[in-house]
Amino acid sequence: MADHILDFDVNGENRRLLVTDQRTLLEVLREDLVLTGTKHGCDVGECGACTVLVDDRPVLSCLVIARQVEGSSVRTVEGLAIDGAPDLLQEAFAELGAAQCGYCTPGMLLSARALLDDNPEPTTDEIREGLAGNLCRCTGYIKIFEAVELAASRDHDR
Amino acid sequence: MSGAFSVVGERLPRVDAMDQTMGKTQYVDDMTLPGMLVGRHLTSIHAHARILSIDTSRAEALVGVHAVITGADLPITYGILPISQDEHALAVGRVRYVGEPVAAVAAINPEIAEQALALIDVSYEPLDEVVTLEQALETDHPMLHGDGLGQNVHRSAALEFGDVEEGFARADYVREDVFFFGGNTHAALETHVALASYSQTGKLTLWSSTQVPHYVHRTLEKVLELPAGRIRVIATAIGGGFGGKTDPFSHELTAAKLSMVTGRPVKINLSREEVFYAHRGRHPVLMWVKTGFENNGQITSMHFKTFLDGGAYSSYGVASLYYTGALQTTTYRIPNYRFEGLRVFTNKPPCGPKRGHGTPQPRFGLECHLDKAAADLGLDPVTIRQVNAVEPFSTTVNHLRITSCALVECIDKVVEASDFTVKRGRLPSGRGVGLAVGAYMSGAGLPIYFNDMPQSEVQIKIDRGGGVTVYSMATDIGQGSTTMLATVVAEALGLEPRDINMVIADTDLTPVDLGSYSSRVTFMAGNAAVTAGAKIRSRVVQAVADELGVDPAQVVTKGGRVGVSGDLDRCVTWAEAVRLAIAATGPLVESGGYTAPKLAGTFRGAGVGISPAYSYSACVVEVDCAADTGLVKVERVWLAHDIGRALNPLLTEGQVEGGVYMGLGEALYEEHTFRGGLHRGPSLLDYKIPTALDMPPVETFLVESDDPEGPLGAKEVGQGPLLPVIPAVANAIHDALGVRIDEVPITPQKIVAALRNVSRGRPGRIGPETIPDFEFSRLTRVEPPEGFVTP
Repeated sequence: MADHILDFDVNGENRRLLVTDQRTLLEVLREDLVLTGTKHGCDVGECGACTVLVDDRPVLSCLVIARQVEGSSVRTVEGLAIDGAPDLLQEAFAELGAAQCGYCTPGMLLSARALLDDNPEPTTDEIREGLAGNLCRCTGYIKIFEAVELAASRDHDR
Repeated sequence: MSGAFSVVGERLPRVDAMDQTMGKTQYVDDMTLPGMLVGRHLTSIHAHARILSIDTSRAEALVGVHAVITGADLPITYGILPISQDEHALAVGRVRYVGEPVAAVAAINPEIAEQALALIDVSYEPLDEVVTLEQALETDHPMLHGDGLGQNVHRSAALEFGDVEEGFARADYVREDVFFFGGNTHAALETHVALASYSQTGKLTLWSSTQVPHYVHRTLEKVLELPAGRIRVIATAIGGGFGGKTDPFSHELTAAKLSMVTGRPVKINLSREEVFYAHRGRHPVLMWVKTGFENNGQITSMHFKTFLDGGAYSSYGVASLYYTGALQTTTYRIPNYRFEGLRVFTNKPPCGPKRGHGTPQPRFGLECHLDKAAADLGLDPVTIRQVNAVEPFSTTVNHLRITSCALVECIDKVVEASDFTVKRGRLPSGRGVGLAVGAYMSGAGLPIYFNDMPQSEVQIKIDRGGGVTVYSMATDIGQGSTTMLATVVAEALGLEPRDINMVIADTDLTPVDLGSYSSRVTFMAGNAAVTAGAKIRSRVVQAVADELGVDPAQVVTKGGRVGVSGDLDRCVTWAEAVRLAIAATGPLVESGGYTAPKLAGTFRGAGVGISPAYSYSACVVEVDCAADTGLVKVERVWLAHDIGRALNPLLTEGQVEGGVYMGLGEALYEEHTFRGGLHRGPSLLDYKIPTALDMPPVETFLVESDDPEGPLGAKEVGQGPLLPVIPAVANAIHDALGVRIDEVPITPQKIVAALRNVSRGRPGRIGPETIPDFEFSRLTRVEPPEGFVTP
């Protein structure tokens, strides 16, 4: 097991740390950088709770070997707000009750952010497709769909 | 009526919603303490085996390992129910299911902890496995709890209310059916996590993702032999529960013990696979129901038998057993009723309470059975339910007191909104609609252990600056109990819910609430908060009335001000009002408690099913089924729920939608299945829960029946809405394809098999044919309650 210097950006800030071969991005974020907003629900890529953006694309951070993000830019739920102002999705999720226990919420928000960045006015079916990899056990997804639609419409009106 | 409220009835977000969406909510696994060690469990690879020896010496010698413990270190048994204390934190002498914890280690990191587990040498002598209900009833297998060979019966129940045979004798039509409900599990997104820290002063603190800090506190006291006052249990934010975090669990005890042994904090985070073994989910239930009807559909008599496959330990099993027979009478007037139930032990993970605890299984059977009877009687599904619907403020034959009840209104709402009567039997082939109803308790009427103390206590403390802090042990598992408490207190004091500081679920700081189970929190903690809030309000109002020289009856608390009703200029700010009250009458600290009325009859089993109020639900499901593949697409769900009063319609709607979601998963996809004693798929890939692609639109109707004893009229919503969903799906599939799948989950294979039966001229039914020939002994005959009127 060798150690490597990992140099990457997290939420707009440069980070350099020593990681082993097997260290996952999820472990680096939660344990080394104490960015505990990103959750783990299964550690094997089945639940979506650990979703973060790597170079604006959603990935399951429990399945990403940390060294793979060398030189990349990673965004977690802590980095969704811009200059302290919450993302439209964060406000809409809160406002419409899209979070109950809240455990899937960070991953869900990152998947939704990637979806809206790619497709600013998605249909409900496109939202379903975009969030299909993120399991939620509380809400039945309905208020999540509504929140994504609300955030998209507010973004459009802005 | 809702015009009388200022924040109650508003669609306000959870008080912690922005923390949740900003990623700031702290769950146990987000915590780190200085010097913290990682704990891991070694689990059984056998479904049933004697433990001949455990050698931990190689593991203990590994550098980085700080402690290894086994069952010998935690010899005291425990269990959630006082009558069935049959669990050990780590197996002692015998393992009874694959995945049962056998030893625990604490090490400096996960890698070394895993290596240490591999160095523990356990010598097993495999025993004959008992994995099915049938095997459990045979006499030539080892008894799981006890020595030698014999039946593995945990508990049986046999109760008769009224005269069932007389009821059948006067029936125009009698029907029998057999159903099976597959076992399934909670699968909360957060796995179970516990962090324990034992201080130099001999104080143990445990942070845990538990729904029941009070019961965990009691269990730690018993098993660790520490005084209760030296133990502090804190339930942090909880990433979903659904009943899956309602028992005391091994890892809570082993983390605590490892911390006591090592003198360092220890965190144990169960893997997703271990959560499937910790289980306590829905019991598989085989059931038989026989009902007598008059020609107009009125029920004359019912006999219900249930057979529960309980898994390896008791857990809530005795309660689960009685629940499979208790609530049939809460929706339909059944003048004569016999319930016989049996729970067996098998070498599988223990079953327990999952959303609806023991009632979704019989509800599925009953609602399908009623549809079949209606068809034979030439009645439609709506009529047979209306004819039998219980009356508000009545008593059931099995001694359950019904108060507010809007069952008929709920049926009317969904039938009308869905065009059920127009659609049923008339949609194109493959499409169909189904109707079902359900009822659930607003809290179990009795605490788990016998006592006469309040079931919930709430304290409110007011700061001199006007800050309001509410203390409650009620755990917010996502259902919104913290927001509910803030809302009722804010309503009393004329503030906003977000103005209220909430201190929750900490046995050192908060007064007892029994926990988030049996849908009890809104009713019980809510009532305690209403009482405490009214006391604070009354003192503040009196002080302001004295200051302004008016009658207290004229003073209102609204919008952060306290003043004269209708005269906006004559008021003081909330903060000033508080200072006046403290100056006049001393510290502004008040408490409220809630104790449910004494409702239990005197017969054995009378404690299960009683509740201060019942919620009611009705559901219509529309499906589109592919006859060639058996795939079912749920097109839409209509659900009406009698909630008494929606304290926050946004959050209560969310509970309905979540209940519908979980019900659909149980109806169509989810099942715990085993090959021998081995779980077939202990992962979220193999255990299929519905995704965003599977969820249909849901139309929710909140019906407000204003319960006389509910907090501001409210009743439960967390569990009830799930109940009618599962049979409504089954009834819709029958309407769509003409086949009856009398067991859940209703998989495509079963539908295709039923259709194949039809094409071969056989009945289009898939489901169990018979029940075990078990002789229920000691039938308890109970007279109907005084004043019970036979319909």
